[in-house]
Amino acid sequence: MSEASFAITVDGVKVPARPGQTVLQACDEAGVYIPRLCYHPDLPPGGHCRLCTCKINGRHGSTCNLAAAPGMVIENDTSELNDDRRTIVELLFIEGNHFCPACEKSGDCELQAMAYRLGLEAPRLPYQWAPRQMDASHPEIYLDRNRCILCCRCVRASRTEDGKAVFGLEGRGIQMRIAVDAATGLGNTDLEASDKASDVCPVGCIVHKGTAFQLPYGQRRFDQVPIGAEIEAKRMEVRE
Amino acid sequence: MKATGMMQTAMRETLDAIVKSIGNDRTRLFSIVQAVQASLGHVPDAAIDHLAQRLGMHRVEVADTVSFYTFLDREKKGDIHIRLTKSPISLMQGAPEVAQAFEEALGVRMGQTSRDGKYALSWTSDIGMADQEPSALVNGVPLTRITVADVPEIVAALRASVSNLSALEATLGQLPNALIGSSLVSPGPVLFAPTNRGAGLRAALNLSPEQVIDVITRARLRGRGGAGFPTGMKWKACRQAKGETRYVICNADEGEPGTFKDRVLLTQVPDRVFAGMTIAGYALGAREGIMYLRGEYRCLWNHLQQTLFQRRRQNLLGKDICGLDGFDFDIRIELGAGAYICGEESALIESLEGKRGAPRDRPPFPTERGYLQQPTSVNNVETLACVTRILEKGADWFRQFGTKESTGTKLLSVCGDCEEPGVYEVPFGITVNEVLDLVGGGNAEAVQVGGPSGQCIAPKDFGRQLCFEDLPTGGSTMVFGPHRDLLAIVRQFAEFFAHEACGWCVPCRVGTTVFVQMLDKILDDRGTLDDVQRLESLCRTVGRTSRCGLGQTAPNPILSTLRNFPRLWEDRIKQTDFIPAFDLEQSLRTAIAVQGRLPAAEEDS
Repeated sequence: MSEASFAITVDGVKVPARPGQTVLQACDEAGVYIPRLCYHPDLPPGGHCRLCTCKINGRHGSTCNLAAAPGMVIENDTSELNDDRRTIVELLFIEGNHFCPACEKSGDCELQAMAYRLGLEAPRLPYQWAPRQMDASHPEIYLDRNRCILCCRCVRASRTEDGKAVFGLEGRGIQMRIAVDAATGLGNTDLEASDKASDVCPVGCIVHKGTAFQLPYGQRRFDQVPIGAEIEAKRMEVRE
Repeated sequence: MKATGMMQTAMRETLDAIVKSIGNDRTRLFSIVQAVQASLGHVPDAAIDHLAQRLGMHRVEVADTVSFYTFLDREKKGDIHIRLTKSPISLMQGAPEVAQAFEEALGVRMGQTSRDGKYALSWTSDIGMADQEPSALVNGVPLTRITVADVPEIVAALRASVSNLSALEATLGQLPNALIGSSLVSPGPVLFAPTNRGAGLRAALNLSPEQVIDVITRARLRGRGGAGFPTGMKWKACRQAKGETRYVICNADEGEPGTFKDRVLLTQVPDRVFAGMTIAGYALGAREGIMYLRGEYRCLWNHLQQTLFQRRRQNLLGKDICGLDGFDFDIRIELGAGAYICGEESALIESLEGKRGAPRDRPPFPTERGYLQQPTSVNNVETLACVTRILEKGADWFRQFGTKESTGTKLLSVCGDCEEPGVYEVPFGITVNEVLDLVGGGNAEAVQVGGPSGQCIAPKDFGRQLCFEDLPTGGSTMVFGPHRDLLAIVRQFAEFFAHEACGWCVPCRVGTTVFVQMLDKILDDRGTLDDVQRLESLCRTVGRTSRCGLGQTAPNPILSTLRNFPRLWEDRIKQTDFIPAFDLEQSLRTAIAVQGRLPAAEEDS
């Protein structure tokens, strides 16, 4: 522990943190998992999904964009917060058109995995059945907005990692959609399959063509372990 | 082909002229696209492409901004666009009948454009005329107190000017409905008392900037927008923050349904507001102030520009203000375009920078990193008017009004079931009962304090005080009599929030839409106790997890009526365990007709 480092308390456990780290980053390093969907370790935080909402010194707030500060007392794994998270995941399932059994991302999808982790069985809130556009105009990548959860990872990755602006937003509120930087579709943008933006989608919205089902159902990432397990594994290491 | 080419050339010239007039500045994209909308009637894809190229931006960024605001259209709507106010107040005062009269007279349905492309008719959120509903904006020109009987005359005026739109404003100005009532019923000692132009500002310039902040701190002035943050503390933080420059922003985007007090201040005493901005500029060390005026108040534009012009002439703005060497400060006005969320200070800043009005994560607060990443103080219109009076009359004078924690007076915009709706300047600490006596609202069964994002209170709470210690309010005060359907009003508020949610975060984006659907089921007499409990639970999640104040307060109409009017909800629900969200028989009817048989399960039984 360097001199500048300090401790925060998460669910009664001391978690070391360094200046400049967010609460979520400090927790990740210590093997304390805070559920999240829009956050990606290589990208600036977006604050969209709100799954990482915790109670910080008694007040609710997202932790992906909150700088850790000495003495913070945080509640994370509580039934109230997990109920809120399950409800948010339910809202995502009813907002988009998610048909897991037929989706090539099944088993590798962070939304699906999060639903399992949080114990969401069947949504009871009303499905929206919103019409969503697909875009298959790019030779290597397709975009299926039916499965988009508006995490905006692609928007951020295109800007900060690829130095482009292939993806953006359009519309307001429940009408908001991912947009691309060409009137005629993804095929006329400067997106390349090797771009970071092509690789950060947590769901089956931005998909590399020709790769579907190379790994069969049952052998995929979250078929083996729940989402967050790789972070929680670090906690074991620390303890040993 | 050739005609299209010529049109494209003409359009490009128009666009280039607009971009040039705003200084080729991409941070002013919002002003640019508004000018395009005003000039072309919409912002077509070709214009988006050209602007992106001209400003060195990506088209997706330009399209994002255009797609966000209600008053910007990507598809051409009517040459004349009539937007009728949809709020509980307008609806209970005859807006549905007026809408129907317009539909019949113009041959166009609400939400649609006539086939000849001449007329578009739609609903819009509260336009700040709640004391003179039903109201409408016709290409931005407000009409008030519209009755069904007025519609033929209005439509005749529209028909007379539809082929010559430059005459529209003047033609509409002839109508009795073009008269905007003054709305000021009860002026008080702080905000409306007569005073000399420049007195507050001159008093400020006799002090050091630190002393000015000290006076405001000692006056215990708190923000009038509703949140009540101490103004002195905000200014101190802004002054101490490091930056190349600092900005003063006046939040004139009052969009809370039921409020119109800033319209009255800007109409009657705009000098006091601009003086407050100038005093803030001096105290913070800023050179530039921006007033973000809601698009619905475009009718105040000329009046405000004229006031600024006079102030410049009198050296109350500009260089070496009041002869003080080196104190340079000027103010510009930017218009909003129909987005309630831009009243949230960080969304307002995003909008001013040309982007969608999505709130920012805080910290950093605007006082540290605000407009163009510089320290910025965003203050409400009424707060800034108070500043001018405090500097003129002193902190002690101001503190004699109001309560310990809520000093001074407060403007209330009162509307609904009362004898005299309008603006009242009252001391903080006044009880709801006292307000009802003032406005002639003795029959009130419910009062919506602070607009839909505030609380709906019942008679048992009418003895409570309006102040930050008890019932905080930004001023919107809606009075509802015994014959009103409160749950229908709750539903209308829910629809408002769903329409105004920015979309950035999941709980607010989806939750506010689901609120409306769940309320519909209950209002349709198909709700059960379980439905109400699930709605309440969803409300709590949305309130706890949303990113900004809009989502955090959007559940308030539901939660506060559940708390204060439980009987209303109990009476509305069915005493049965479960009613499906949809009618199975109805849903299967088409399939049964096509297949010519009942579902197998039913055939068996």
